[in-house]
Order: sequence, then C-alpha cells, then structure tokens
Amino acid sequence: MMQNTIRCLLAALGLSLALTNGAHAADITGAGATFPFPIYAKWAEEYKKVSGNGLNYQSIGSSGGIRQIRAKTVTFGATDAPLSAEELQKDGLVQFPAILGGVVPVINLEGFTPGELRINGEVLAEIFMGTITQWNDKKLEALNPGKKLPNMAITVAHRADGSGTTFIFTDYLNEVSPAWAKAVGKGAAVKWPAASSVGGKGNEGVAANVMRVKGAIGYVEYAYAKKNKMGYLTMQNRDGKFVAPDDLTFAAAAAGADWKSVPGMGLSLVNLKGANAWPITGASFILLYAQPANVADSNEALKFFDWSFKNGKKMAEDLDYVALPDAVTKYIRESVWTQIKR
Amino acid sequence: MSALPEFSTPSFAASAQLADAGRLRKARIQNVQDFLFHKITLLFALSVLLTLIGILASLVINAWPTLHRFGPAFFYTVEWDIIRGEFGAAIAIFGTLASASIALAIAVPLSFGVALFLTETCPVWLRRPLGTAVELLAAVPSIIYGMFGLFIFAPLFAEYGQPALQSTLGQMPLIAPFFGGAMNGIGILAAGLILSIMILPFIASVMRDVFEIVPPILRESAYGLGCTTWEVMHNIVLPFTKTGVIGGIMLGLGRALGETMAVTFVIGNSQRIGMSLFSPGSSIASTLANEFGEADGLHLSSLFALGLMLFFITFVVLAAAKLLLARMERSQGSKT
Repeated sequence: MMQNTIRCLLAALGLSLALTNGAHAADITGAGATFPFPIYAKWAEEYKKVSGNGLNYQSIGSSGGIRQIRAKTVTFGATDAPLSAEELQKDGLVQFPAILGGVVPVINLEGFTPGELRINGEVLAEIFMGTITQWNDKKLEALNPGKKLPNMAITVAHRADGSGTTFIFTDYLNEVSPAWAKAVGKGAAVKWPAASSVGGKGNEGVAANVMRVKGAIGYVEYAYAKKNKMGYLTMQNRDGKFVAPDDLTFAAAAAGADWKSVPGMGLSLVNLKGANAWPITGASFILLYAQPANVADSNEALKFFDWSFKNGKKMAEDLDYVALPDAVTKYIRESVWTQIKR
Repeated sequence: MSALPEFSTPSFAASAQLADAGRLRKARIQNVQDFLFHKITLLFALSVLLTLIGILASLVINAWPTLHRFGPAFFYTVEWDIIRGEFGAAIAIFGTLASASIALAIAVPLSFGVALFLTETCPVWLRRPLGTAVELLAAVPSIIYGMFGLFIFAPLFAEYGQPALQSTLGQMPLIAPFFGGAMNGIGILAAGLILSIMILPFIASVMRDVFEIVPPILRESAYGLGCTTWEVMHNIVLPFTKTGVIGGIMLGLGRALGETMAVTFVIGNSQRIGMSLFSPGSSIASTLANEFGEADGLHLSSLFALGLMLFFITFVVLAAAKLLLARMERSQGSKT
C-alpha cells in the first residue's frame, strides 16, 4: 500500500516534470505589464493556431517584468514605463514598443452625455491635486460655457495597485502641470494628494468606484471606458483642440512621435503635437537581452512579435488598442532587432 | 509458585526460549520503530517552528534596508510617498487597528447576543438551523465579502447609512468630526462593518460552545433560586466561561487584523489618516496586497517592514490573550 502510494507519487512527479519540460520547450515565456495583457493574450492565441507555439505571459506588473527579465527567468519582459538608455546599457537589454493605448478620464455626472464636458490638462491636474473640489468650480465652468454644472463634491478615484495606466496618466499630469510635478511626480503608484481620493484595485476597481460614487472622476484604459459605456471628458490637446478618445486620436498621437529621437525608443507619448492627437497616450514596451542566454527562445519571441506586428492590427483594433504604424515596426525590425544576437 | 519450574520439561523450556528470542527481536524492532516514530514526529513538529523562524528571518532580512534607513521613526511616521522614497508605517497601522477595533466593537455584543439566544432562550427546534447558519457565515470566502461590500453594501451605506449617521451622531459635540466628510460608502467604517460580519461567526460559535459547557446543575440551581435569564447569564454563565469568551474574541481580532481581500475592496486604499470614520484609509494587509506587484528597492523593503509589523501586532495580540487567559485561570483556581 505504502509502496504503491510512493510509486504513484513518483510517477506523478515524473509526469509533471515531463510536462513542464515539454511546456518549456514549446512556449515563449514573458512577464510584466498588465496594460497590454489582453492584446498579448489575443495575439498568442492566434499565433498558436498558425505556429503551434504558445505564449506563457504572466501579467504581474511592469516592475515585476523588469525584475523577471533581470533575473533571466523569462525570455522577454514587458513594461509600460520605459527603461532609460543607461539602464538598458547596464543590463545589456534591448527595448522596443509593441502596442499603443490611451488612458481616459471618466466621470459619473448625471445629465451629460459621454464626452459632452470639456477639460484641459491643468484643470485635470488641479482636480487630482484636490485644489478643485466642486464640479461647479469657475475653471470648469469657463471650459464649459453654457453647461449647467452641478454643485457637487468631486471624488477622485485612482488605482490602489501599482500600474502602467497610472504611469501614463501621471506622466501626462507631470508634463502639463508644474504644481503636480513639484508635489507628486510620475510613477506606477504615487501619493495621491486630493483629500477625497479613493483607490480601487485594477481598472475594474477604478471603474466600479466611478460608476458607484456620484460626482466621481477617475482614469481607466480606453477599453474599460468603452466597455462600461462610462461618461468621459473631452480633452484639450497640445494644439489647443478638443478631442475625444478613440483609435484615430491615439494613432494621431503616435504619428506625432519621433521614435528615433530617444535611444532605446523609450519615448513618452503624452501631450504630443498634432491637431487630432489624444494627449494621454502611451506605449507598452518589450525588453529582450542583446546577448540572450538561450538564443533559440529569444528567436521564438522575436518571431512572435514579428508575426503579431504583421497580422495583429485587426485584433488590436477589436480590443481598443492601437497597433504601431508600419514605419515604426519597420524601424524596429531594421534597427532594434538587429542588435539582438540571432 | 515455587513448584512451577518442576513441571517444565526441557523441550518446553527450549521452545519457551525460542519464543523469548522471537519476542525479544520483535521488541527490538518495535523499539527501533518507536525511536524512528518519535524522531519523525519531532521533525514534523520542529518543521513548524523552523518555518516560523524562517518567515520571521526573511521578513527581517528583507525589511532591513528600510529599518536601517528610517530607524524606529518608520513605525510612527505618517508618510507613504513612493516617488520620493519616504515611507512610514503609521497610516497602515492606524487603518489596521481602527478597522479591527470597529469590527470588534460591533461583533462582540452581537456575538454575545447570538450565543445567549442560542443557548438560553432559543426554542430547541430552531437551535440547530440557526447555529449552522451562523457557522456557515464563516465558510463564505473573504473575496465574496469584498465584492458584496463594494457592490451592494457600499452604495446602500452611502445612500442611507452614512447620511443617517451624519444627521444623528454627526451632530453631537465632541464626536461630530468622526462622522463628517464625503459620504461615498467606502472607508475605515465600511471596512470595520464588513469585518464585523466576517468575525462574528468565529466569536459567536466559540461563545456558544463555551456557554454550553456550563454544568446544567449550576444553571438550574440559579434558576431554582429565582434568577432571571439575564442574572443567570451575568452571574453564573459569564464568570464560568470568561476565559473561553476572551479566547473567542481574540480569535476574531486575529482574523480582523490580517484580513486582506475584503478590506482591500472597501477601505478606500488611500494613504492618509483622516479624522472622519468615513474617510478612506488603508490597512497593512491591503497595502501589501495592492503594492507588491510594482514594488522594488526601498518600496519593497518597506512593504516587508509592514509585513513584519503585522506579524508583530498579531503576535502581541495572541501573546496578550494567552497571558490574560493564564492569569484568569490562576485566579479562578485560587478562588475555588
């Protein structure tokens, strides 16, 4: 009986070892940012159908992704906050963007259609700073002439967990408001100064808080705002135009970016020029070793992204992301991937 | 007795010797088995202790950069600024203790009432279903409490509960500031309320169990003397069971201090200490759950230091409970 049990256990152990080995041989491993997880998962699903190779992507957060690639436990890392050229140099890493997306300020205010109310970066920063606390504040009324704004307290909803969405959003506030830059800064998680602020876990947590609390304002990925039909704010961009968030305005922001200007392509896409550019746009980045320990695995990962860049545009659109423009993917193929040992 | 050896024939003696040898061998084997069994069980017991020491050591090692950098001030500094790398544990400790205290303040009298009803005044046919229902509350996973808290309880609390509190308790002198501020349904008070529902079954079922072990003769004698139910409860049952009652309360407190998921949903997750009980805050467990994913460097180390602090607080609570119980047992022993 005892021996049988032991034999069974050994067999199970052997089997599980064999399974993990098998999985290791076929699957590309990656870890990191949660923001692009849905699109990577979609790409991987389709890629598996054509190539037989799966992707094992753990969406553990950008810092987690950077930690994992530094520990060499995964083939590629993914991060929303790009590493600087020095950091890349130091670790021997190569970085390139893989997908674009937008962050949208969402509100819960009865009597207004989504996008009816307008705001600019400075006023948005003041709301999140807690210096504007009422919806009928003069600055908000000045931006929305003719609209009857309610005398209602503003509740600020933010992410409680560290997140790339927060990074992109605070990167924008940091860019447009010197007061924000001085008092708060930018990062995956910051010290939210507004007295009324409540934190929710994940995009869904913020969305839930905004939809639940009357007079709330928060920020979520575009897909969440669209899926939940949330009220959003029309934003004034750098050119002074008021734009609504959608694929076109995100793509317009990406078109205004000069990727070659920053080594490692670690470009911030917020508040870029362009008449039609959505100001709170961001890219999500992939990290790979220039001299990978396992060249075969690294090649598989590159093949996956190559396939995704070619075939994944429609999928990105369906999930409300924006694929990189062809010129950018061409540049990545010709100037970035060439740095990686194949 | 002395005549007995004469009956034994040589052959019988030989076979007896053989049997003795067999028994001896068996005894030896059993000895070895006993020895092995003893050592193996000792190993199991020690592994628990080793795990505990290992956890403590890894917490201290990982928390060391923070403890070294901020010193004891870490534990009373009201600051949690990830960008600037300024960390203090006071906000999270405050949130943990405040929400747990609210939970106890609500759950203890309620549990007492539940246990009293179930053991003293409940009709017999209702005892079992009601008792089971209370115990089933403990079987609900904490994430369910969190979802219930955020999506169902919080909107109702914001719509009816908080305005009612503000217009009554919020108008009284001295305590008014505790019920001021924005009413959005989530915050320290909401976390305390959800926690109280979560710990109620633990406290209530322990209380019920210990109330039931009061010898019927004591209870019935008291009733025979003409005591009311309350007098029996107050003068007979409670003094007889207070160690168990305290134990149950401490069990509940331990759960409230470490509860993570449900609290994360409803506490508001804001790194701030507000005067009002309506204001959002954060507990040690909720901060850990929220921030581990994206933490590195000093931030990660500070989270480990928070974990160490939670470890310490729960340890103190349990140690205090044991001390209290031991002292009560001693005084009870000397009385009788």
